[in-house]
Amino acid sequence: MSGLDMAIQGGIWALEILAIAVPVALSVAYITYCERRVIGFMQARKGCNRVGPAGLLQPLADGLKLVLKETIIPAQANKLLFIGAPLLSLMPALVAFAVVPFGETSLFGVWETPHIMAISNLNVGLLYVMAIASLSVYGVLMAGWASNSKYPIMGSIRSTCQMISYEIAMGFGLVTVMMLAGSLNLADIVHAQAGGILHWYMIPLFPMLLVFFISGCAETGRTPFDLTETEELVAGYYTEYSGMWFATFSLAEYGAMILISLLTSILFLGGWYAPIAALDFIPGTIWLLGKSALLIFVFIWFRATFPRYRYDQMMRLGWKIFLPWTFGWIFVIGIFIYTPGLDSIIDFWLAWR
Amino acid sequence: MLETAFFNLFAGLSIFAGLGVVLSRNTMHAVMFLIFCFFNAAGLFFLLDAEFLGIILILIYVGAVMVLFMFAIMMLEVNVSKMREGFQQYLPIGGMIAVILMIEFVAASTTGVFTEGAKATAEHFAQDVNNTKEIGKVLYTKYLLGFEIAAIILLVALVGAIVLTIRGRKDAKYQNVSKQVNVRREDRVRKVSM
Repeated sequence: MSGLDMAIQGGIWALEILAIAVPVALSVAYITYCERRVIGFMQARKGCNRVGPAGLLQPLADGLKLVLKETIIPAQANKLLFIGAPLLSLMPALVAFAVVPFGETSLFGVWETPHIMAISNLNVGLLYVMAIASLSVYGVLMAGWASNSKYPIMGSIRSTCQMISYEIAMGFGLVTVMMLAGSLNLADIVHAQAGGILHWYMIPLFPMLLVFFISGCAETGRTPFDLTETEELVAGYYTEYSGMWFATFSLAEYGAMILISLLTSILFLGGWYAPIAALDFIPGTIWLLGKSALLIFVFIWFRATFPRYRYDQMMRLGWKIFLPWTFGWIFVIGIFIYTPGLDSIIDFWLAWR
Repeated sequence: MLETAFFNLFAGLSIFAGLGVVLSRNTMHAVMFLIFCFFNAAGLFFLLDAEFLGIILILIYVGAVMVLFMFAIMMLEVNVSKMREGFQQYLPIGGMIAVILMIEFVAASTTGVFTEGAKATAEHFAQDVNNTKEIGKVLYTKYLLGFEIAAIILLVALVGAIVLTIRGRKDAKYQNVSKQVNVRREDRVRKVSM
């Protein structure tokens, strides 16, 4: 491979990364706008409507304000890790997008076989997402520890416990998806759900859909599980953060929210396939993004309606309800796959037999 | 060429991170270096087409084991001057180990294992060979007994850890959630005739 080839390849990689990272950053900005408007609507008030037409410039104004604010670093903080923590929590949220397949395209007939629209169509994509998602714990832990203050460290320990607990339920929930699809490749998992709404995994795996989505809610610290930033702990692990670094944390939170929504649509809601064949004329990417947008709306809806969990209730839900539930469902699916007579039922969804 | 470049990058960074673990004063920095080292080791696995092992290394070691490590270290009170007290005392034995290791490494590198021709240049698998599937095939057939033994050891350790740390506290108040949920209006509301 010559130097020029390598340079071209590097340029293509950079473009691919930009093509994912820029829309993610933009949609984060407009999800915050959307969140305020939707919650405003649900609470019978206006929401932000002053900056620009219908308040559409509000996210830009917010971003500008956060960037211009002074960054305060506590005197006793560990400076390196204090600055590193927000980056450590943003990095996994963005890196995980590398394997998310956004659809299939033959580039208007230029390519003979359709290609998967992902930066990397990894064979172990699902494991990769789980591995990267488990890294977001470090940002939280570091933020709490480096601030050198009691409320952040309490908040970060709480938050870490929450993330670890729900990660386990989430991982075991995904085992059932692997059992049906027989693959860890996200594109293969979507292909296994081809053929209309009845083939989607939300039908045989409905309890796992609930477990995955609610655990995702807990992972990102969204409302019923936002007890890491409750008033009793000032603002949890990011008490000491201000300005841009604080904004980085929320960017990570919203990025993770988009990721969870995309993954839920890919794993359980048929990815880029239309629910019925008559709707196939709409491009797959639009279907995938539409399903994800619906799930993001559900996240916001949760925030507007549910009261916050108490710490012990949250732990109980993760360990005593979700975990046995997922174990039970793995068992049920396993029995269905290997019992003669029952396997004819599950064969409808089974991709590998 | 690209592969060699990446190998050198990952290998160099993992050595740098390993040095960082040993040399950094701050234990928290040392843990971060160790995490970085695991990442680079995972990168080396990827270069060898063992993507499953690489991902599992990140998932288990970085995602779980090191979090536990960090919890333990965060709770420690590290006193640097006290740590240095025994430095003179441990210097001879530590130095001895270092010298032995050094001799071993030098001896190993001069035997010709690392010469240009002898480098491991394994053929790459085709795109359709699925690493995960191949590992599963041998793990659950040929090595099933070892796998089961490992699983039982882990289970025993898990149960043992719970048994050692559980305390049935009588003075603490617990809530019975199903009882709370099952409460009916009649249980709580009493009509009083005035």
